Amino acid sequence: MNLDNWTFGWTLALIGMGGTMLVLWLMSLMILLIRKAFPYKPEDSGAKKG
Amino acid sequence: MESALAYGLQGLFLGVVNITLPKVIMILIGSGLLYLGIKKGYEPLLLVPIGFGAILVNIPLSEMMHDGGFLRFFYNIGVSTEIFPLLIFLGIGAMTDFQPLLQNPKIILLGAAGQFGIFLTLLLALALGFDKLDAVAVAVIGACDGPTAIYVSSKFAPHMLGAVSVAAYSYMSLVPLIQPPIMRALTTEKERQIVMGAAKLEPISKTTKIVFPIAVTIFASILAPKGAPLIGTVMLGNLLRECGVVERLKSASENEIANIVTLLLGLCIGATMEADKFLKTQTLLILALGFIAISLDTAVGVLFGKAMCFFTGGKVNPLIGAAGISAFPMSARVVQAEGQKYNKKSYLLMHAMSANAGGQIGSVIAAAVMLSVLQGMGIVGK
Repeated sequence: MNLDNWTFGWTLALIGMGGTMLVLWLMSLMILLIRKAFPYKPEDSGAKKG
Repeated sequence: MESALAYGLQGLFLGVVNITLPKVIMILIGSGLLYLGIKKGYEPLLLVPIGFGAILVNIPLSEMMHDGGFLRFFYNIGVSTEIFPLLIFLGIGAMTDFQPLLQNPKIILLGAAGQFGIFLTLLLALALGFDKLDAVAVAVIGACDGPTAIYVSSKFAPHMLGAVSVAAYSYMSLVPLIQPPIMRALTTEKERQIVMGAAKLEPISKTTKIVFPIAVTIFASILAPKGAPLIGTVMLGNLLRECGVVERLKSASENEIANIVTLLLGLCIGATMEADKFLKTQTLLILALGFIAISLDTAVGVLFGKAMCFFTGGKVNPLIGAAGISAFPMSARVVQAEGQKYNKKSYLLMHAMSANAGGQIGSVIAAAVMLSVLQGMGIVGK
């Protein structure tokens, strides 16, 4: 693709900023999902009772 | 016999005869970097080998970077191949505790805002006449993340590697001086005094900590495949840390591997600072743009923090937005210190640490997204 500097810059800036924000937002949802799937149990601390 | 003596003496003084003013200036610059690292404590692990490398490569007739030269050897195997920055990432992953981020995942968005300086600086660099890929390399200084800047620069603009790396590491060490004035300029005293509730320290299961690096690698690499080496090495290091069954590998990643590679990488960066390549107006522009990039990161982060403050009805202190950069944990400490200046009851450290961990991931993701977009536009090879 033959782009002039200005078109190149704005395209990369807009998709770059939007893409970074989108990926990190999805990642925050993914973390919530992982946390839900693998909730903390007291045994995780290594201090088994009984 | 007399002529043999004359030739012998001539050989002894060849270095003196061939010394030039630009080389002397570069030796002084190398010495200056040593001074900053040793005396001032600015990123000594990098600035000491960089400074020494810069001195070595500018010794007349040393031919360190010629074919067969000792620094050229390490440059070819570690920098040209992009292996050294990736191995550093492995160490960073092994050293980083992502728990604050796992406890407070929405803060990761501050880590995205903290990368916007990269893209705004890109526009500025293009406006100043840099070529497309040179502009990308300069802009990535805004990732505030040395290995990312080195990785991208060695890939797209190896001729600028020295200037980009020196700018990246110098400004990272100057974060405590660069950030506070920007934080104060963009916030009101009332905002700076906001006390954030004690971070809800919900405990995180060991399984979550293990699944996190694997899931991030798969998810982020599929979305931005060109950044898979960056994301993969950070997350591999983190997996070694969290899985708890490969203590030796974790220890090697954060100690032996990271130390050896840091030394060789620093020397190689210094070796790119040959007088004829470094003493250019372009170098000054790169240093200036690097400063602007990190300032813009801070500014956008704080503005994003202000937006979060507005939408949460004043529950978020906008200062934590400044910690959305990759300088970990320095930036979080700056936020904590700044918050304490205006309200002794304000403890922003845990929140700022979450944002800072988000900034670490954010810088890698921003670079990965950038590489993938460049690939999509056909600017770099498929």
